Amino acid sequence: MQNRHSQHISREFNDELETIRSQVLRMGGLLETQLDKAIRAMLDNDQALAAEVKRGDAGINRMEMEIDAACIDVVARRQPAASDLRFIIGVFKTIADLERMGDESKRVAKMSAAERASVLPVEINAELRHMGELVQGMLHDVLDAFARLDDQAALAVARQDERVDAKYKLITTEAMRFMAEDPASVQAAMSLMWAARALERIGDRSQNIAEHVIYLVHGRDVRHLPLDDLFNPQ
Amino acid sequence: MHAKKHNGEQQQASLLQAEHDDVVVNIRDLSVWYRQRQVLHDVNLYLRERHVTALIGPSGCGKSTLLRCLNRLNDLDERCRINGEVMINGRDIYAPDEDVVSLRREVGMVFQRPNPFPKSIFDNVAYGLRLLGMTARVELQEQVRQALQAAALWDEVRDRLHNSALELSSGQQQRLVIARALAVQPKILLLDEPASNLDPISMLKLEELIASLKIDYTILIVTHNMQQAARVSDFTAFMDGGELVEFSATGELFTTPKQRRTEDYITGRYG
Ligand SMILES: Nc1ncnc2c1ncn2[C@@H]1O[C@H](COP(=O)(O)OP(=O)(O)OP(=O)(O)O)[C@@H](O)[C@H]1O
Ligand SMILES: [Mg+2]
Repeated sequence: MQNRHSQHISREFNDELETIRSQVLRMGGLLETQLDKAIRAMLDNDQALAAEVKRGDAGINRMEMEIDAACIDVVARRQPAASDLRFIIGVFKTIADLERMGDESKRVAKMSAAERASVLPVEINAELRHMGELVQGMLHDVLDAFARLDDQAALAVARQDERVDAKYKLITTEAMRFMAEDPASVQAAMSLMWAARALERIGDRSQNIAEHVIYLVHGRDVRHLPLDDLFNPQ
Repeated sequence: MHAKKHNGEQQQASLLQAEHDDVVVNIRDLSVWYRQRQVLHDVNLYLRERHVTALIGPSGCGKSTLLRCLNRLNDLDERCRINGEVMINGRDIYAPDEDVVSLRREVGMVFQRPNPFPKSIFDNVAYGLRLLGMTARVELQEQVRQALQAAALWDEVRDRLHNSALELSSGQQQRLVIARALAVQPKILLLDEPASNLDPISMLKLEELIASLKIDYTILIVTHNMQQAARVSDFTAFMDGGELVEFSATGELFTTPKQRRTEDYITGRYG
């Protein structure tokens, strides 16, 4: 839909695509809430909030199925071509990533059960909090890029992932150090690593979605390309 | 007004072409006028041997006109004026010494409306062969059978070859005129909306036929059915208002068209 201003001759088709687009954004919004709760549950050791995240995931799964069905319907009845086809394919991939990010959020929330705070130094919590903020920022920005079909914004999201990866490396190195220094901290350090791992995965999936946005805007498959090659604006 | 853009397109076309040594039809800067009215504007297009090229575009954009230029059918209309170059196998077909009869044998055409002659089925298919001087009965029968088989019509008409062609259904007539074109063994086959009268199954059979003909023929097919163009062709050209807007590999044109006009047309948007 690189030309969002010109409308399909079929108004119904326009409406169908528009509905799918807003459904994806709604699913994204739901995920933002889930992720926010999950990170808070983890940092504050809030089990009730963690349980809420667990229950909330069903809503995300349901939306994935709904959007999936709507896309299949469009493919079957409209035989979309060009930007419409790329849009539908981009949506298929995006919602699969969003659904997985929902699962990862549940994993993040689960880490609230571990008694991290009592065993690990408080500074590491700050690192985790910062990593959570980075990942939330990526998710927010990539949903925004999707909403506006903004390839530049999507590229910027893809670049942010490097910072998340760096943070992940730092946290795991620290966790290993705790384990080596104090066998009593193993369980807490493992929980820390799992939480960081889940956040890192969420960052990766935001990067995936950024690539889907670039594909649906440009028709270029930019997966597995070095970031600097992603595109050279003409 | 369009001069600059045309230049760009020409350059692009010749660049693409330089990569291929199997170009059998090469259309350069082709313009056509009917009386004062220009209906083709500097069209550049080439066909690669044993490939299917689809030609799509809105009604009246000049598709049939372009096809008629490839076997000089427009010569028959004295109001029609042509400028530019059509090279077939390296030969300028508008050169004064071109043999138009053998050109039309080389470039077979199936018209937009199936137009069987008011003769028997057999005589329709044998028509071109007789023009070429074939008289031996056995030989004629053999060629007619082969052509009808190639056009996937043989089984339906083998028992009534001497009935009038006009009693065939329109889908059968469509295949009959394809058989008539195939009988003289052209090298290049121009099909102008050959599936417009066919039910979905016959249409798929025709597409199968086109796929099998590709082994021997270079095919240019005009179709208003976008899915059909996407299914049968290797390359697709999009025309609009007498201009060739875009010419790409079919998969590319239907997923990532380069021109906004192509995009609007194939996605069904207002231009
Ligand atoms: N013999 C003719 N005399 C005058 N004008 C003609 C003649 N043949 C075609 N034209 C005009 O040339 C333009 C292109 O016609 P053409 O038949 O090539 O279109 P087309 O793309 O094949 O359309 P369709 O999809 O409806 O078959 C039209 O504006 C048509 O009116
Ligand atoms: Mg026509």
